[in-house]
Amino acid sequence: MLEELASTFPILTCILFLPVVGAVVLWLFDDEDMVRTSALTIALVEMALSVFVLLRFIPESAAMQFSEHVPWIPALGVSYHLAVDGISVLFVGLTAFLTVLIVIYSWDTVRHQVKLYMMALLALETTTMGIFLSIDLILFFVFWELMLIPSYFLIKLWGGGAERHYAALKYVLYTLLGSVFMLVGIALLDLNYHQWATLRHMEPTYSFDLLELLSVPIPLSQQILIFWLLFFGFAFKAPVFPFHTWLPDALLEGPIGMAVVLAGLKLGTFGFIRFSIPLLPEASKSQTVVTVLMALGLAAILYGAIMALIQPDFRRLLAFSSISHLGFVVIGLFALNYQGLQGSLLTMINLGFSTAGLFFIAGFLYSRQQSTQLSSFGGMAKQTPLLASFFLLIGLASIGLPGTNGFIGEFLILLGTFKANWLYGGIAVTGVIFGAAYFLWYYERSMLGPIGKAVKDSISDLHPREVIIASALSVMILWIGLYPAPFLKMMNGSVQALVDRLERGAVASIESKPQVKVD
Amino acid sequence: MTDLLIKLIPVFPLLAVILNGLVGKRYSHEVAHRLAWGSVGLSFLCTIGVFIDVLRTGTTHEVIAYQWIFGGDLTINLAYLVDPLTCIMLLVITGVGFLIHVYSVGYMHGEDGFTRFFTYMNLFMVSMLLLVMGNNYVVLFIGWEGVGLCSYLLIGYYYDKISAAKAASKAFVVNRIGDAGFLLAIFLIFINFKTLDYTKVFAQVSQLSPEMATAIALCLLVGAVGKSAQLPLYTWLPDAMEGPTPVSALIHAATMVTAGVYMIVRNHAIFDLSPTAMTIVGVIGGLTALFAATIGLVQTDIKRVLAYSTVSQLGYMFLGCGIGAYTAAVFHLMTHAFFKALLFLSAGSVIHALSGEQDIRKMGGLSAKIPWTYRLFLIGTVAIAGIPPLAGFWSKDEILAHAFTHEHYLLYVMAAIGALLTSFYMFRLTYLTFYGTSRMDHHTEEHVHESPMVMVGPLMALGVLSVLGGFLGFPPEHGWLHQFLAPVAGTGGEHDVSTGLVLALMMIATGIALIGWGVAHYFYSVNLSAPDRLAAKLQTVYTTLLNKYYVDELFDLLFVEPTKRLGLLLDWFDRTVIDGLVRAVAQMADLGAAGSTWMEKYVVYGGLNVIGYGNHLIARQWRQLQSGMVHHYAAIIVAGLFLLAAVIQLIMQL
Repeated sequence: MLEELASTFPILTCILFLPVVGAVVLWLFDDEDMVRTSALTIALVEMALSVFVLLRFIPESAAMQFSEHVPWIPALGVSYHLAVDGISVLFVGLTAFLTVLIVIYSWDTVRHQVKLYMMALLALETTTMGIFLSIDLILFFVFWELMLIPSYFLIKLWGGGAERHYAALKYVLYTLLGSVFMLVGIALLDLNYHQWATLRHMEPTYSFDLLELLSVPIPLSQQILIFWLLFFGFAFKAPVFPFHTWLPDALLEGPIGMAVVLAGLKLGTFGFIRFSIPLLPEASKSQTVVTVLMALGLAAILYGAIMALIQPDFRRLLAFSSISHLGFVVIGLFALNYQGLQGSLLTMINLGFSTAGLFFIAGFLYSRQQSTQLSSFGGMAKQTPLLASFFLLIGLASIGLPGTNGFIGEFLILLGTFKANWLYGGIAVTGVIFGAAYFLWYYERSMLGPIGKAVKDSISDLHPREVIIASALSVMILWIGLYPAPFLKMMNGSVQALVDRLERGAVASIESKPQVKVD
Repeated sequence: MTDLLIKLIPVFPLLAVILNGLVGKRYSHEVAHRLAWGSVGLSFLCTIGVFIDVLRTGTTHEVIAYQWIFGGDLTINLAYLVDPLTCIMLLVITGVGFLIHVYSVGYMHGEDGFTRFFTYMNLFMVSMLLLVMGNNYVVLFIGWEGVGLCSYLLIGYYYDKISAAKAASKAFVVNRIGDAGFLLAIFLIFINFKTLDYTKVFAQVSQLSPEMATAIALCLLVGAVGKSAQLPLYTWLPDAMEGPTPVSALIHAATMVTAGVYMIVRNHAIFDLSPTAMTIVGVIGGLTALFAATIGLVQTDIKRVLAYSTVSQLGYMFLGCGIGAYTAAVFHLMTHAFFKALLFLSAGSVIHALSGEQDIRKMGGLSAKIPWTYRLFLIGTVAIAGIPPLAGFWSKDEILAHAFTHEHYLLYVMAAIGALLTSFYMFRLTYLTFYGTSRMDHHTEEHVHESPMVMVGPLMALGVLSVLGGFLGFPPEHGWLHQFLAPVAGTGGEHDVSTGLVLALMMIATGIALIGWGVAHYFYSVNLSAPDRLAAKLQTVYTTLLNKYYVDELFDLLFVEPTKRLGLLLDWFDRTVIDGLVRAVAQMADLGAAGSTWMEKYVVYGGLNVIGYGNHLIARQWRQLQSGMVHHYAAIIVAGLFLLAAVIQLIMQL
């Protein structure tokens, strides 16, 4: 993971800044249709660039690829350093993919201040891309914080719920509070590097660069302290139970587009696998950390699933099912073996299709009945068979039916966890049962049976734009479910490197300085 | 060549699924159903090709389609294994499946969602084929959950009926309990063998400790119990009768529900290592056989009687597995597929004739009006009752005889009583449906008609199989089937049993079946008031049976309700306690901040008390909840920058 392949063309910079530059361009237009078309074009170009990166990405490699490295604040060792590896590359594609779908979804569902909405959405894309692309921790932190601004406005201004102001604020404050801890953790990482560098007369003397931080040893006590500091940052954002109470509010009150991003892009758990585990392998392996994280993960799986079982509102149900799924991701990560890490990584991607997909479904439901409450539905399958079919397919992916993407991730996580500790694995498996129960129960009551009293006679099935969204998601769900080889190959090299680092320990795996090759 | 045929077997129905599923609405029902049964027919032809090859050469084929899940020390291929056991399963699935598909063309004629029905049926075929063809546990599991999904879709075929929708969800969720057990078994196998391929696992199986073998076997058993509707996870199957009758015949009688038996036979090398697990399998089978038969005695819905009979017959197969009579179990699986499919489809023909009536109290005297259906139903009844020389006799008798000769006397007695009850309730069903005077209402009676040839034809084929199928396993323990399956299922331990004992056991079995018939004849043909009087005399027993021992109610009380209550409690906890705590922290910070502006300075300029700063920020934001958003925005930015500055300052000082 220390190897770097520099890029001759700054494609990652293009990916990073295209949306925000596009957002500025949108400012020039007044015609709403023009705004929509331009936003879609920008999102599609972004998507094309991401696909290009995915296609040119060298699979089965642990190297940091398409690397761009420019000093930013040299005195502090802060640099503008972007790269993708097997851990992050799929998130880039996922972000671009979901943004396209959100723009399409918002086409006629967002009716006021279309321009501002699209601008916020594109700005949000840049900041999330920044989170996935940054190798420098300060750069990462900047995007982590900046992401709050468009998110805050999206929830507050375009949310549908009465409590949206409260929800927006709660989300922002939660994340801010967490990032305070995280920032201290980042500072400590830098200090540790500084001590080591001074001692060895290494250049630079300060660094926030992941690759350089990875190349110096960190004493165990220090690792554990930093781990917990970073933990709060990532756990609040993920959110890991019991720091989750912002999520149901934000998902319920905010607009669907925002919910798709919050539920589909697992930034918090990405933080764990990107930074915590590789930088702090000994801490991650320590008894206390593993026990606490496993306990939180298992609690989340069961707590989220049981909560989801009784939610009458579909979006609240999805929020808790998200929490349950994150529990799976957390236990897979802290199983700290190949299958666990691979499964968690794949599941994070999968949730971008399944959970995010269900939020689109929630959006379709909302467009028809102006509610996602169960009492507004019943027997919808009769009038909206296409909607019901896609709902079922995406839902089955979310509960991990074999043949869909959800199964592969969940299977690997459970296998990895079981390998690490059979008791944890055994408890986690029960989540599989609850998952089926909460999803099918809701599906039964909303889609099947006699047509509900509140269902409007004029209700129509999916229109073409909605079909495009649902089909795109379905294709991804079945592709990864049936033939995941391309995706697994992309992540396997980095997962192997991470496992090696965990097994041999941080210090032992530092043999040589990072090499830079130019392709 | 054979490898290609093997690969093609699941491809045909898959193509039909894709075509009918995506563009089925564009063309007529004729095209859709031809694609559906045609694809299954092609699979059947391929199966025959493969079967002939296996029969001739005796080789086991392993074919890899592609690498599916891989990384680290794990590689799972989408790959097939075809050996004699797979061959038998494939023949049953594609053969009986083909007949049921053809029958469905007539049965489902004019239904809404005709194409949807066939899409689901073909998807079921694909899943079921993967289930029996997989060369590793994960492919088995794809099929395993895939058939569960199709079962869900087809039980809920009449989805606007609330009972159908509920039955569908129930089937899926109960099956998932079993699936969770199966997953645990897969994990245990991987940990012990570092592989999930059958051949590699079974090659190393002798290294397994008895405790581990028991653990794996019991986890597998949990899966099998769910899928094959054994005690205590059988409650979904009777409810599954909400689906159209061909579905009940194909999925809930002939194929899917036998998957548990297939899985145990496939893994018999592991089960053989654990006498404990074997005993449990046998006892579950015996109890289920008996238990379900007693419920079958009093049910009044023609399909539900057959459903309980299926649960009971699956119990026999489990019993067979539990006593090591694997070949007999597969034999019974096969004959059961013939006669139970026959019974369900004939029942479907009855229901079709009566415009949807399923209550046997409203039937009677149908033998003259629908003679072919009657004759074929009777063949099925005689076959399941165990009267020689029909198919059911040979396979059931073999399980009973094996239990007796291997000294499992208790299981033998349970199975024998079960057989008596089986004979009784099946003849009861026949008498109430076809004999005596009509109890139909006038309108229904006028419209009674024999089913079209497209339905009666498959019935006849199944009738022939139900009559002759038993001879595949003749003579007992040494028939063709036994020799064919010997390489995979073992011989069941060579036991020198005298011909006299074998014949005596056969006589007893036949006697039992005839007694059951006799009693049914007396109750429903001679002394018609006897059943009511008996029911009145044994009121408690009768109502308990009628209510299926209240098992559904018990499960609701023990599991469903407490979980819902727990959910509500947690919801309260989440909103009041966890979120309340968050609000409380924010409010405390609010109070603190309002009173002390020094803290702001201390925090912002000192830049050290980061945590205090965070709280303070909450407070300020909180107070300004209603104020302009730009304000918040600015506050957040400024806060972030200050924080950054503070930390950098700190670093520089060090």
